[in-house]
Amino acid sequence: MSGTAFLTDSTLCIGCKACEVACKEWNNIPSDGFDWKGFSYDNTGSLGHSTWRHVKFIEGGVVAGLGGNSPDLLSWGFSSDVCKHCENAGCLEACPTGAIVRTEFGGVFIQSDVCNGCAYCVVACPFGVVERNPDAGMAFKCTFCYDRQKEELKPACATACPTESIKFGDIDELRGEAEDRMARLKQAGFNDVYLYNPQDSSVGGIHAFFIVRGDPERYNLPPSPEVPTTYLRKGWVSAAIGAGLMLAGTLFAFGQDK
Amino acid sequence: MSQQDLVNSDAILIMGSSMAENHPVGFQWVMEARARGAKIVHVDPRFNRTSAMADVWAPLRAGSDIVLLGALINYVLENEKYFREYVVSYTNASVILRDDFKDTEDLGGFFSGWNEEKKEYKTDSWAYKGSSLKKDMSDHEASGGHAQDRGGEKLEDSVFEQDKTLQNPRCVFQVLKRHFARYTPEMVEKVCGVAPDVFHTIADIFCSASGPEKTAAICYAVGWTQHSDGVQIIRSAAILQLLLGNVGRPGGGVLALRGHASIQGSTDIPTLYDVLPGYLPMPFFEEDSDTLQRFIEAHSPRAGWWNNFDKYIVSLLKSYYGENATKENNFGFDWLPRVTSDHSHLGYWVEMAEGKVEGLFVMGQNPAVGAPNSRMERKALSRLKWLVVRDMVETETARFWLDAPEIERGELSPETIDTEVFLFPAAGHAEKEGCFTNTQRLNQFHEKAVEPPGDARSESWFLYHLGRRLKEKASTDRSAKNAALNALTWDYTVAGPMREPKVEEVLQEINGWTTADHQLVSGYRDLKADGSTACGCWIYSGIFPNPGENLARKRESKDFYGHGWGFAWPSDRRILYNRASARPDGAPWSERKKLVWWDSAEKKWVGNDVPDFTLTKPPDYQPNDQDKGDDAIAGDRPFIMHPEGLGRLFVPSGLKDGPLPAHYEPLESPVRNLLYPERQYNPAANLMERPDNRYAESPDPRFPYILSTYRLTEHHTAGGMSRSLSHLAELQPELFCEMSPELATILDVEHGEFVTVVSPRGLVQARAMVTARITPIYMDGKSFHQVCLPYHWGYTGLVKGDAVCDLLALSEEPNVRIMESKALLCNVIPGHRPTGAAALEFIEQLMASSEAKDEYPV
Repeated sequence: MSGTAFLTDSTLCIGCKACEVACKEWNNIPSDGFDWKGFSYDNTGSLGHSTWRHVKFIEGGVVAGLGGNSPDLLSWGFSSDVCKHCENAGCLEACPTGAIVRTEFGGVFIQSDVCNGCAYCVVACPFGVVERNPDAGMAFKCTFCYDRQKEELKPACATACPTESIKFGDIDELRGEAEDRMARLKQAGFNDVYLYNPQDSSVGGIHAFFIVRGDPERYNLPPSPEVPTTYLRKGWVSAAIGAGLMLAGTLFAFGQDK
Repeated sequence: MSQQDLVNSDAILIMGSSMAENHPVGFQWVMEARARGAKIVHVDPRFNRTSAMADVWAPLRAGSDIVLLGALINYVLENEKYFREYVVSYTNASVILRDDFKDTEDLGGFFSGWNEEKKEYKTDSWAYKGSSLKKDMSDHEASGGHAQDRGGEKLEDSVFEQDKTLQNPRCVFQVLKRHFARYTPEMVEKVCGVAPDVFHTIADIFCSASGPEKTAAICYAVGWTQHSDGVQIIRSAAILQLLLGNVGRPGGGVLALRGHASIQGSTDIPTLYDVLPGYLPMPFFEEDSDTLQRFIEAHSPRAGWWNNFDKYIVSLLKSYYGENATKENNFGFDWLPRVTSDHSHLGYWVEMAEGKVEGLFVMGQNPAVGAPNSRMERKALSRLKWLVVRDMVETETARFWLDAPEIERGELSPETIDTEVFLFPAAGHAEKEGCFTNTQRLNQFHEKAVEPPGDARSESWFLYHLGRRLKEKASTDRSAKNAALNALTWDYTVAGPMREPKVEEVLQEINGWTTADHQLVSGYRDLKADGSTACGCWIYSGIFPNPGENLARKRESKDFYGHGWGFAWPSDRRILYNRASARPDGAPWSERKKLVWWDSAEKKWVGNDVPDFTLTKPPDYQPNDQDKGDDAIAGDRPFIMHPEGLGRLFVPSGLKDGPLPAHYEPLESPVRNLLYPERQYNPAANLMERPDNRYAESPDPRFPYILSTYRLTEHHTAGGMSRSLSHLAELQPELFCEMSPELATILDVEHGEFVTVVSPRGLVQARAMVTARITPIYMDGKSFHQVCLPYHWGYTGLVKGDAVCDLLALSEEPNVRIMESKALLCNVIPGHRPTGAAALEFIEQLMASSEAKDEYPV
């Protein structure tokens, strides 16, 4: 893999949502509507056609005398989610019009002028990132700030982050930094830190990896994300073998009658 | 201290602030300190986004801060954790107090000098023994204490008795020990609800991060200031830091996190009624203000930096009145208005409610929903003849006559409100150039990015042209009432099609110049009392030392402290009183914590910051009795603003409610004062009690829960700037009320359901946010419930909601006149609030529901 990447370190996130706002401002995305969701301090809910960076609020138990980011206890976690820009991208594989392309930075980009709104990409994304805007009739997601990267600027979210929870840079360098941070955090007693960077599944690596506390599923990160077109190919092969065996068995059974 | 300096801290106590939420950019330095191994302690009634980053979170009962801090002070004293050499050399621990001084421990919650009739202290007995006294500045009835006595006016000089062994029972150290002896971990548990083991964890973290090799910092915000004893809470922090030697040193100090951009600037060059620029007092309508000479004498101590008072006041008058200010006419001193009574926001709003105020300008403020008891404030607006609002959006204040809740409730009617409202569109900060002075006294100039849209104009445009037109009018009538206006210089250059005044000229005027040839001065040491210099604000002097050299524009940070980036007043010092970072002999306390030190070869103070000391004054310098001003401060006395040059554990002059902090309950409290049963709340506080500004009893079965207000990252104060923007409004679209699962069970309320929160002043409806982040407080075997509401909503904007400030009371802390908004009482009733006139009946029914208790002493 080459190109650029995000490293989002949830242990540094203070839940300020500056990334969400910077993303919406730069990309001129509409608001999600003004509904109080009642889910912790999160009122934008999830990534979607009008939310390309989304800060998750993960409430745990609160114990007096132990803050949330002390090594011993996880209480109120924040993590800024974003499109993973998979190396084998389900959305890109599923797109019938060629609207979804891979850029020179390694990101996955939807060309809205080519998109026909079929929404095959929506179901093909293993992370639930892509969403179709019912009014515009097209699918939208994080562009990896392609326009900014072309001008050698960092993406808006990484620029706005006050605590360097969102880092942006060359993917190989960031992988090294992620390993360093993991080692430092473990040394500081954060024994449950986990680097979410699936490379063994069919997505074949991602351009947005995360450091989280504990089980990644708490952060809505699937333990083994799969690309449907690749994953289902195996499924179809198994199904075909099964069907063949059944057919053979049936023929064999009928053959016995004769 | 500066925010960047927090990375040098070995421990950080954040209390009275949710720094991660309200200062997220500055909080990066806390995160960096944490990464370097510093322990972060957060003490707050709520578990919020700051607690989530901390190593220790201690929930305490809102309004009990002085007990916890007092117990930390007691812990430091009892366990001999204090930095002895620092305490003996640099603080007033050794100073002996007068025999007639009596402590709260002796007088049941009062210090000596209380006058029950006037409800104020006569502070003579708080002076140092052996110090002769000038006039007691606390006698001013209408002022905040800071303005009239900035810490030196009462004492004639720096002569006093001392015992450097700290053994004398009348010395400050021993008085302090006795004063805080009952502030124990057990008392903390009973009053704050913080368990002893949690207290000891905090004490251990903080003390073990202090000493010659280490420093610890305290960060606070309005969670401390907005109390009826707010100044004394901050005093407690100052005492703790002085005892531990954490003042004037890298990574140490007390960081006041200011609430908005340039609110520090608006205290330096104030929008306050009793202070002139640079913390010079405003003259009062009384005898020591009748001539300039008497005014200067009253405010110039013989010793210490304020001895320069005459230079600063004369230079200020020269900047106001230019050539019209002459020695013969006392530099126009008589043109300065005199303060006649309490003209703070709270004071004049009461007068407005009584119909005594004709007109009002509201700029950068939205009092109709953002000020305490906003229900009363809105009704007061209807008594005005005219109201000018300048804002970027049509705020609730501008629309109070149309859609305030009082209209729907039948209390006001658009048809009968006579107030004429003028709404002017204001330019945003990117649409004008100018300066911000941020939380750490750092002044940064910003450029204009785009032209303001339509008729929107900058504040400087509005005020300059308003002043110009007023002067034009005044020039046709040269009677006495217009004398000041006619004498005022108002000659800024205007440029461009909008005739925008050049703000850099204003900054040059603030910096100061020579009056003869208009040469910019290099700093406040150049200022003179003979009228040969003019200076708009002495503490900013040096910000524009040469034409074309605006230091606030600088963006070349040369070192870690940020020298070369902007200008930190005074004289670009990043850490105040930094002489204390060196030993009395001038050498650094430790290599790790060195900042400025005496270079004996060069014979001057050098180091990593601009020394806050006369550069060539050697550490062993001793003044004689005839020396004045800075010359009267010895070479080992870092606190040069005080006549005695010492950090004040005990404050002999300048405060109105006591020389030491004592715990008083909030004006509304669910408990009686355990520390001083005879005295429930701060005796010097002003309740401003009126039929439309009522209080609950303490305790009060009608209002059993503690109410605290706060701010969210997603919104800006009363919401005028954030509720109008979809990208911010969607992040927190609706008012909610945070409560514990335990309280929700008592109330039989589910998460997300509506509740009505009611106080004696008003009522609001909010969604119940039931969360374990709020915890019941267990005190003395009983549980108490706190409910916390963010106060960002109002009746205009993309997202609307009830104004939480309707619940608050108008009240005044005695020193700085601030309301108590962080600890009050309320009730929570499930369901939507009644609408129309029924809302008012609802409050009255609750008020009448049981007999008020009067048997307690107040």
